[in-house]
Amino acid sequence: MSTHAEAIEHGHGPEAAHEALAHHFDNLEQQREAGALGMWVFIAQEVMFFGGLFLAYLIYRMKYPTAFMAASNHLNWKIGTFNTAVLITSSLTMALAVWATQTGRSRKTQVGLMAATLLLGFIFLGVKAYEYNEKYVDGLIPIAGWFDPVGHNVHIPAGVTTGQYQMFFWLYFAMTGLHALHMIIGAGILLPIMWMAWRGRFSPEYHSPVENFGLYWHFVDIIWIFLFPLLYLLGAHFGKGH
Amino acid sequence: MSEHIVPRTTYFAVFGALLVGTAITVAAANFDFGRMNDIVAMTIAVTKMLLVLLFFMHVRYSSRLIWVIVASMFFWLLILLLLTLTDYSSRDWFGSNVGGIMSR
Repeated sequence: MSTHAEAIEHGHGPEAAHEALAHHFDNLEQQREAGALGMWVFIAQEVMFFGGLFLAYLIYRMKYPTAFMAASNHLNWKIGTFNTAVLITSSLTMALAVWATQTGRSRKTQVGLMAATLLLGFIFLGVKAYEYNEKYVDGLIPIAGWFDPVGHNVHIPAGVTTGQYQMFFWLYFAMTGLHALHMIIGAGILLPIMWMAWRGRFSPEYHSPVENFGLYWHFVDIIWIFLFPLLYLLGAHFGKGH
Repeated sequence: MSEHIVPRTTYFAVFGALLVGTAITVAAANFDFGRMNDIVAMTIAVTKMLLVLLFFMHVRYSSRLIWVIVASMFFWLLILLLLTLTDYSSRDWFGSNVGGIMSR
């Protein structure tokens, strides 16, 4: 790795002439690593952001274990499993999109893999919207005046209060809502990256936007890997409901 | 040092393992292991997370500096979770019983 002084001494080499190299980096490799490092610091911050909600979940779950199991029963684990598979598949297509730029595949391959990722992301969000509507129909939206499971013939077991039920659904909507917001933002970021790929901007030498977006997308996948068992699967053996 | 390119076969293998992990976690949820329920579910989730981190997110092939960031990420998350839990789980030790996890 050459130092800045050397780069000046030797003038601009062929690598330095790459249109994607910003002037404050010695070479594309240094630029790529700096970008990845910044992305990881951002992801560490995101972990703290979601961490607060996981902490709230942990405390209320320990406080109201029966209510959480019963409320979890109102989530459809089949839909949740389907959506988990959709999101994991979108992570695969994104990993392959990064691979396609790293190995210099055609721009059609690059854009195609990103489009597949985007499509799978929208399928996930569509299913989520369907689930949110189901909760609305059952009076399980945790807003004062709306939250009325008893009035919608939702059975609440003995020893569990509606307030405890509402806390589960507050956490359900806060956690899946923040997750869905990250996916919507992700879709908004992926579109311009697809446009760049279509214009042939990415090559084995330069593909940081694709790589760093991939890191973000996989992070969002990891959040869901934890949300799915914590929210959907608590009540599977609790009783035959739903 | 140049960028390590993960072969496609690795991605497909990880993808397969993630789907199998999802199937196992759903199947395991139908059995009642008592206090072990959450430990089983979280062990599977952490395994899936590690697969995504190490291979999809290339951490296995990344520089030491990236490893430090990833390790500190988990360290700070543990501070957040564990230190707060020491408070909530010890609130009813001396009978005051205000907001303790064991209080009903």
